[in-house]
Amino acid sequence: MPSPVLSGISQAPARASAPDPAAAVVRLHQVARIYQLGAIAVPALKDVSLAIPYHRFSMLIGASGSGKTTLLNLIGCIDAPTRGTMEVCGQNIAELDDNATSAFRARNIGFIFQNFSLVPVLSAYENVEYPLLLIGIPAAERRERTLAMLQAVGLAEQAAQRPNELSGGQKQRVAIARALVKGPQVVLADEPTANLDTATGASIIELMRRVQAESRTTFIFATHDPQLISHADEIFVIRDGRIVEHRTETRR
Amino acid sequence: MKLLLKIAQRNILRNRRRSLMTGSAVAAGALATLLFGGFAAYIFAGLETNNVQRIGHLTVFRAGYFLFGAGNPAVYGIDRYRDVMALIGNDPVLRPMINVMTPTQSLLGIGGNFSGENDASKTFIGIGLIPSDRDRMRRWDEFGTGATHPPDPRFSDNDDARGLIGFGLARILGLCGPLGLRDCPSMPTPAATSDNAASIVNEDLGELARRDANSADPASTAPHIELLTATAGGAPNVMSLTVGGAEPQGVKELDDNYIAMPLALAQQLVYGRGEHKVTGIVLQLHRSEDMRSARARLMTLIRDNHLDLDVRDFGELTPFYGQVVRLFSAIFLFIALVMGVIVLFAVVNTMTMNVMERTNEIGTVRAMGVRRGGVRSQFIAEGFLVGAVGATIGAAFAFLIAALVNHGGLTWVPPGNANPVPLHVAVASSPGLVIGAWVGLVLIATIAALLPANSAARLSVVDALRHV
Repeated sequence: MPSPVLSGISQAPARASAPDPAAAVVRLHQVARIYQLGAIAVPALKDVSLAIPYHRFSMLIGASGSGKTTLLNLIGCIDAPTRGTMEVCGQNIAELDDNATSAFRARNIGFIFQNFSLVPVLSAYENVEYPLLLIGIPAAERRERTLAMLQAVGLAEQAAQRPNELSGGQKQRVAIARALVKGPQVVLADEPTANLDTATGASIIELMRRVQAESRTTFIFATHDPQLISHADEIFVIRDGRIVEHRTETRR
Repeated sequence: MKLLLKIAQRNILRNRRRSLMTGSAVAAGALATLLFGGFAAYIFAGLETNNVQRIGHLTVFRAGYFLFGAGNPAVYGIDRYRDVMALIGNDPVLRPMINVMTPTQSLLGIGGNFSGENDASKTFIGIGLIPSDRDRMRRWDEFGTGATHPPDPRFSDNDDARGLIGFGLARILGLCGPLGLRDCPSMPTPAATSDNAASIVNEDLGELARRDANSADPASTAPHIELLTATAGGAPNVMSLTVGGAEPQGVKELDDNYIAMPLALAQQLVYGRGEHKVTGIVLQLHRSEDMRSARARLMTLIRDNHLDLDVRDFGELTPFYGQVVRLFSAIFLFIALVMGVIVLFAVVNTMTMNVMERTNEIGTVRAMGVRRGGVRSQFIAEGFLVGAVGATIGAAFAFLIAALVNHGGLTWVPPGNANPVPLHVAVASSPGLVIGAWVGLVLIATIAALLPANSAARLSVVDALRHV
């Protein structure tokens, strides 16, 4: 049955292979990430092993500096582990060169940032359309999917506005639309409500939760706010660079 | 590509003041390069026109004349020059290229004015010409400089004993008054001299000339001078020349020595009753661009017919032309270089600031899947656009200023010229210059963007996203 929220965007680009629902979308084995600050080695992640299942709203929760963002960066293939192995969407990322990694991200991963990170010279419509241009979607389909996505996040009226003409909540809605429009396998959200007031943050979480449920896209959400735990299907607690707790919510 | 240019254009407008400053630097570069280049192009055209009107594009000489003939032109005469001219004029390759083909005779000697109370003489450098050919040559104006000359009634085919002299020579020989020359001081009355021998020789020369000048009209009021030369055989020869007028020559050394006379008179002076030869056969072509091929064809004709001849172009005969071209080219290159460096640094500075300010944006688009090459292309496109817009505006201003100058009625005296000519800046008529300057500046702006663009492309995505 077509989703009232995501109608018109169900034709996600074909992927190399359909995911096995039982498989993990992200699989890390003994992954470490050590930053070298001059002579000092700073371990941000210490031998992390985890498996994040498909189609779930997973949450990485931990205090500031615990390693959440580092872990999200590795999963998003914008950083590489110092050691250990990592698979995202069944792909061993270490096997890809820089261009192939970029193409992999363009097709499979959507990002939602804390500071929205919209391209300031593009309108809301153009920001949402941008990921579709990167993967070569034809113009007519691009337009249809972009408008549908903006409609889905409630910003059809603001399509022509630039980011500086939008409120914080609206910017984050555009960012969500941009992350989802290409139909990625994984959406990574790094503290997406940190720069929003409580009410707007709650509405953004609600929106993300809703579109995740309807699109069945895997969401991985990093936050330091324990109050958001109630929204998660999978919870990974991270402390000092280690996963110290993993639990699956069974209420759904 | 469309998205790339759209983002580039919007980013340029996003930092209006910075883009304006950078674009202005490019525009100033285009303006300076085009205005000076246009002025230099006009100088080159003017000099070339002047030279081609005087000595044609190519001159055929006896082999060796170019190196040694000035000391003794009579020895380097071209035998049967009419046959050589017929050979050239009937050649199917050369005929359509030639505008004027005319023989000339160079000669050296002493000219004197011994009429009335005058008693002045001076060595001269003479040239024998066919006046009507000279008139036709002086109408050549391939580049549209407007520096053409109407037929000169003072020097025509109808009078075999009438010629023109340099303005300086007229002054030296005391002919300013008789010729009615303005700005030409009269000769002071010489102090009494007891050198009777010299005045006797001068009177003899005058008498000899009067006897030889059968065609001279004794009733004519025009001033005349006596010309003494050595014939090819070494004998002295004296003839009288009616001075039709004086012509400034631009260069003092030439102005004080120049005499133009009918070819027949020059031949009579050099060869007497012997075979009349010429020192050169001048070829003025319709178009300067044919000069190389015409010269090659002439050399082929000379070789095939076993003629002892050589061909020289106007650039070789007037080294001054080459010197001016090289001087102006060097100044142009210097200006272009300085402007190029200014544009280079302006664009590098602007693009580096853009990269700094947009580091987070770079991280975002890289995370979304834009490749390093895509980021690089983005900043290069911005450099290109700034360069293109700046160069176009600069070129537009250059066209405008050139039009104002060209219609402003300003005049100046170019190097080597005797008279002022309209000041002109040949921008509109120099498409090669305009295209070259535009492409050069846009290329510099694009290349200048490469360095910051590469820095942007090499940014770590994580570091870029962390950047505040």
